[in-house]
Parts: sequence; C-alpha cells; structure tokens
Amino acid sequence: MMKTLGYLGAIVQGALITSRHFFVNMGRHTLTFFGLKAHQPGAVTIQYPEVRKPIAPRHRSLHRLVRREDGRPRCVACMLCATVCPSECITVEAAEDPDPEVQRTASRYTIDLARCCFCGFCVEACPEDAIRMDTGLLEAAERSRADLLYEKEDLLR
Amino acid sequence: MTELLIVLAKVLLALVWLLCLTLFLTWVERKESAVIQDRIGANRASVFGLRLFGLFQPFADAIKMMFKEDFDPSFTRRFFHALAPFLSFFCVAVTIAAVPFGPAIRLGGRIIELGVADLEAGIPFVLAMLSLGVYGILIAGWASNNRFALLGGMRGAAQLISYEVALGLSLIGLVIAFPSLRMSSVVEFQGGLLFGFLPRWGILLQPLGFFVFFVAALAETKRVPFDLPEGESEIIGFYTEYSGLKWGLFMMTDFLEVIIVSCLAVTLYFGGWQVPWLGPDGFRFPWGGGWDLPRAAVVVLQVLSFNLKVLFFCGLQILLRWTYPRFRYDQLMDLGWKVLVPLGLLNILGTALLMGLR
Repeated sequence: MMKTLGYLGAIVQGALITSRHFFVNMGRHTLTFFGLKAHQPGAVTIQYPEVRKPIAPRHRSLHRLVRREDGRPRCVACMLCATVCPSECITVEAAEDPDPEVQRTASRYTIDLARCCFCGFCVEACPEDAIRMDTGLLEAAERSRADLLYEKEDLLR
Repeated sequence: MTELLIVLAKVLLALVWLLCLTLFLTWVERKESAVIQDRIGANRASVFGLRLFGLFQPFADAIKMMFKEDFDPSFTRRFFHALAPFLSFFCVAVTIAAVPFGPAIRLGGRIIELGVADLEAGIPFVLAMLSLGVYGILIAGWASNNRFALLGGMRGAAQLISYEVALGLSLIGLVIAFPSLRMSSVVEFQGGLLFGFLPRWGILLQPLGFFVFFVAALAETKRVPFDLPEGESEIIGFYTEYSGLKWGLFMMTDFLEVIIVSCLAVTLYFGGWQVPWLGPDGFRFPWGGGWDLPRAAVVVLQVLSFNLKVLFFCGLQILLRWTYPRFRYDQLMDLGWKVLVPLGLLNILGTALLMGLR
C-alpha cells in the first residue's frame, strides 16, 4: 500500500504535464483566434489541403521531361533510364529525329506511376538532363490503374 | 394532472440535459485530447460551410452511427445480445433522477424541486443503479459468444465489483459526516460554514474520502487508466460483436458515466449547486458585508455553478484519461483491494472517531 501511494507524486506530475500542455496551447490558440501574435502556434498540425509543408529542393516528386530551347523534349531515347529503373516502370520507344545534330528522339515515353518507387535513378542516369523530379506535385492519384500510365504528353510540363 | 405534467417536464429536461452534455462531451474529448497532444482535433464537420471549431462533429458521428449496418452475428444469444446495450445505458441514465440541479423554487404557488426525484435514499439509489450497470457488460460479454467479449465481460465484472466496495466505503464516511442520505439535504448541509468562514463542502470534511471516491469512480467509468473491460489494444472487450447504434449506446454509456460521476463528485463533495457564501437572498461574506440579489438571480447563479462544476469535473476526467496508460490487471486489483479499501476503512474509522469525540 505504501509503495502504491509512493507513486502518487509521479501520477500527479504526469497530470501536471498534460494540463500544462493544455493550458499553454489553449492560451496560444486563444491569442491566435483574437488576431494577436502568439509566440508559437498552439498546435504542430499542418492543415493539409489549405496549407502545405514547404518541399525541400532535393525532394523527389512527380517526374517531368525537360524541353530544349525550341520546345522539343531533350530526350534522345538512349534507354539508360529504362535500364537503370529498378521497378521497370519506364518504357521508351525510339524514333528518328529530323535534326541531324540529335538524330534520335523518343516517340513514346511512358512511366507507370503505379510501379514507380520514386528512387530517382532515372534522373541520375540521364546523360542529357532530360528527366527531372522537381515538379513539386505530390498527389499523383487517379481513379484507375490505367490512368496511372503517364505518357510523354503528360510528363512534358 | 399538473403534478404529472411537472414530473414529465422534469424527466424530459433532465434527459435532454444529459444527452446534450453527452454529445458535447464527445466534442470536448476530441478537442481536449488534441490540445493536450499539440494537435488541433476534429474541425472539418461543417453546416453550410460553418465549421465552428468542429462543434458539428458529434452530429456527424451520430448520423454515421445511425446509418451504419447493425450487424447481428449468427452465433450470438440474440435476445440478450440486443438487451445488453439498453440495460447498460438505462442503468446509468436513470441515476440522473437523484441529482439535484438547483434549490427548490416557488412557481405559481407550487414548490418545485430542481431535480427529477428527490429520493429519501438518493445515495444508495445511485450506487445501486451504477452497480446494476455491471449486468450490461456481463450480459454483453456472455451473449456475444466470443472469447474476447467474454474475457472483457469477466474483467469488467471483477473490476466493477471490486471498485464498488471502495466506492461504498468512501461514501460511508461521507454519510457519517452528513446528516442524510437524501441528495438535496446533503447539498443544503454543505451551504453552511466551517470554522465560520470556509464553505462546508464535503471535500473539506472528507479529503481522504474524496480521494478514494474519485479513484474508485474513475474505475467505475471504465475509461482509460481503468479500461480493462475494453482493452482496445489487447482484447477488444465486451463490445467486440457490436456495431452501429448498439455499439454507439455503449460508447454513450461511457460518457454518461463520466457525467454521472462528475455530478456525484460535485453533489457530495463540492457543494452541489451551492456557491460559496451565497445565501437565499444574496452573498453574505464572513468578513462582513454582502451583496443582496433577487431570488431569481440567486437560483440562476446556483444552477449555473452546478453546471460549471460538473463541466470542470468532466474536463478533469478527460484530462486524466489522456494522461495515464492502462493498468495491468494485477495492478488494478492491488489498487482496489490493497489500497483503496484499506484507505476507505481508515477514513470511516477517522470520521467515526472525530464524530464521536466531538
């Protein structure tokens, strides 16, 4: 019995910690509600669809195919990205390019986002800097799996 | 006829008060836990784009629960399976009848008690009804024909019966100190002064008794530090086989118990509807002076003070629920039988000695 009562101090301490959090946070919420500036926000929550967390510059988000200065894609269909891809989600079909300087281009460039694991190897492998993962788009969600096959036109942003 | 109408109106008002407070408490629980944990809490439920800090969340929850499938497993004892949540709910909800909300008022030549039934044996009635609530849990566990449900039911029965003893013992000390078992007399008595300046509240007469009472009552609500009958993370508990509105009744019963325990704590230990130094015709301060108030204002103040005290205790219980982890089963039994029961006996002994020596 004495042992159990000995824990009483620790039990009260616990309740004091939670009540301190409660009153401090309530104070901050109240200050913010009345338009006053609180030292810190009352909650660490980010209200997602309205407020977004800033993305780090190195963050790997949805892919994009980079264009040349004249607007055509930089990709020369060298297949390095398709080779290095661990999820085998990139399909490239090569075609001849009218420009003798370039010679090859991709007629189809498909990424199956249902399989992509966003490792970024394709970006590292690309010798032409033709594919990047810097769009900042995180919500690559579709109604069906077929819609998750992003074609060249979807990726040229 | 008018008598009957008055009783009916009282019953309705008390039930409406209880159920509204229950709905409000579900919101308070979400928000208070969120603020404790540095979160925001449910704030998306809206009516015509009006969010109001998520105050519509309880209604959204209620609508969701009503339209959920009330799944009836094929292997249950059907009648008892359906009976258990109602029994559980009824036994707790009926105790509100004995709680006085305010002083007696005179209205149109009648004296109306602000309480549904001012029972001669109010305290034993509440205790008895709270104990009967065990049957709801036991029947739910047994009739579900599910091992986990049965385990939860048995745990619930063992826990509630153990803590019932401590609860009863703590109240015996109070009954020795107070002149009556009638709730309204208990509250009247607490309107007096102790040593000429302190309000004569139960907490000042029975501090140890209040400690035992509050811990035992927390265990009676079977919420988190004492939620072994449910034990969400180990056994799902006695409502494993319940869904839809029947499960909702069990959940509401939990909140009702929180309110009833708050009402009891306030009525027995914190002066019920008494406001310190507020007499029937205004404030009379012990250091001299006073502040005359019309009778209606006094009644309003007193009813308001009862509600505020109840809200405070509900908030306190929610705070405790979000602070402590669950007891292990043997620790729970140790706390009940080896700590609270001896303390309760000690309290009775001390109270009896003091009353005898006086």
